Amino acid sequence: MRSPDFQVQEEIGSGRPGLEGNPEVRKEADIRIRLDLGRRIRGRRMFQAGMFGVFRFAALINGAALLVVLIFLLYNGRQAISWTFLSQAPMDSMTRGGILPCIVGTVLLSFGAMVIAFPWGVASAVYLHEYAKPGPVLRAIRLGINNLAGVPSVVFGLFGLAFFVTWCRFGVSVLSGALTLSALILPVIIGTAEEALRAVPATYREASLALGATKWQTIYRVVLPAAFPAMLTGCILGISRAAGETAAIMFTAAVFFTRHLPGSVFDPVMALPYHIYVLATAGTHIEATRPLQYGTALVLIALVFGMNLIAIVYRARLQSRQ
Amino acid sequence: MKPTPHRIERTIRFVFLGTASISILVLSLIVLFLFMEGIPIFSKVSVPGFIFGRRWYPASSPPDFGIFPLLAASVAVTLLSAAISIPLGVMTALYLAEIASVRFRAIAKPVVELLAALPSVVIGFFGMVIVAPFLQDTFHIATGLNLFNAALMLAFMSVPTICSISEDAIFSVPVELKEASLALGATHWETLYRVVVPASLSGISTAVILGMSRAIGETMVVLMVAGGAGLIPTSIFDPVRPMPASIAAEMAEAPFRSDHYHALFAIGMVLFISTMIFNLVADYISRKHKQAGSATL
Repeated sequence: MRSPDFQVQEEIGSGRPGLEGNPEVRKEADIRIRLDLGRRIRGRRMFQAGMFGVFRFAALINGAALLVVLIFLLYNGRQAISWTFLSQAPMDSMTRGGILPCIVGTVLLSFGAMVIAFPWGVASAVYLHEYAKPGPVLRAIRLGINNLAGVPSVVFGLFGLAFFVTWCRFGVSVLSGALTLSALILPVIIGTAEEALRAVPATYREASLALGATKWQTIYRVVLPAAFPAMLTGCILGISRAAGETAAIMFTAAVFFTRHLPGSVFDPVMALPYHIYVLATAGTHIEATRPLQYGTALVLIALVFGMNLIAIVYRARLQSRQ
Repeated sequence: MKPTPHRIERTIRFVFLGTASISILVLSLIVLFLFMEGIPIFSKVSVPGFIFGRRWYPASSPPDFGIFPLLAASVAVTLLSAAISIPLGVMTALYLAEIASVRFRAIAKPVVELLAALPSVVIGFFGMVIVAPFLQDTFHIATGLNLFNAALMLAFMSVPTICSISEDAIFSVPVELKEASLALGATHWETLYRVVVPASLSGISTAVILGMSRAIGETMVVLMVAGGAGLIPTSIFDPVRPMPASIAAEMAEAPFRSDHYHALFAIGMVLFISTMIFNLVADYISRKHKQAGSATL
């Protein structure tokens, strides 16, 4: 009979030295301890089992919450989803019709943000990981990025309104929204890109440098190609983050309703998250448009979760290949 | 003059440094424009009058720009949500890092990540449509859109943050510490409680602070489920109007560059400064109280 402590340890830390040993010896030692401490140990074990039960319950609550939200959206939203819903513009002051302009707007905004933020984030990560030496410059940049990651999305919205919309005179437009969102997702991209660079073995760099390549040639021809697949996961996560963001585009890009799909980057757009918010809170037909709200939320969730699942599976594959 | 390889290398290095510094530039621009649009309100109302004023009626005449009710609402919502999310997040992290089997972990980690990916507007929508009627019927209260509902929804937004950061901290506690405790006859629980948690406390505190910082700045959830009344809350079932909700709800109706518009930017300043303090404290804790590693033993 092994003691539960050892069992758990072996499960979570397979291959750790020090806990293995002759099972016979361990069994004997275990029996002796049990004879000595008998009752007290049993009490402590029972307390442990109880506490672990509470912890497991806490972990399960998270799963339950996710499941409840998903089931609620799927159950209520499935009737709303149809080809018409996905391919038409809203009609009759948004009480009927579809959400095509919102889908187009969200795709434009999130991909636009990514086109701006991806090169910028990757270049920042290359500097931080390949070039920078520890010192005040590096610390300042890191502190800047950390603080940028903590800025609330509504403050990004205010910044976009004051800077891109008003000062740069871009107006409420796809361009303003995409620029605001790119600043918002930048920390996500830098984080994953740096992790990707960290995963490239030092031997790759050394081999390239030993062949006479310069630092930049090494980065461009060896390090970046090796790190690129892992950087893509950050790219996907960034797009999904931008797609679900509402407060940052409220003042910078999104409008209640436009008759036309955007013709240039200076046109305002409709967007899925903003559409949900508007239908659910403002307007005179809140109850009547419930099915549309569920449908829009379901489409948004499908978009965001689809991309996240792709990123998770893709990352797991990359890791298992290494 | 022919560019030498050395000169090219140096140029490239500077280009990368420039790109990396854009993050600082953006942060400075945020500060600059937030303050530029926010400061003018203080010619109409003093700073203490703005922060401690008890009446927020920006559209009436004469207008009142006292954000104390909004500030109190933000603090109340954040604290209440922290009371839910800290135990939940930390316990989940402990379970995943120390107790769960490999298979449970493999399923639970993506679940937590997906929970983090839920768009806030969807959580707000869920709170409005499902949780609010449920609260209203269960507790026989006037409205289900209130402080408690908002705190509950916010808790589920900050749990993933708290959980994933503290899990990293717990996971990096050196195995020697645990082995030593187990070898002395402590049970797994006793090791967890007396050794693992104290050793990773700085990481867990960072996680908690960042989680709260996320809750205080979160907009869509409080905009949709907090109820929107600009009153100082006296019970957890009062409808409230936290700061981000005020900004988001009123910006559309505030005339461009009016006092109201400047006041909303000033609220943005307060919000920015408070999350900045949270982040700096988190940064300080994680730097000053470096986690105990095997090398420090």
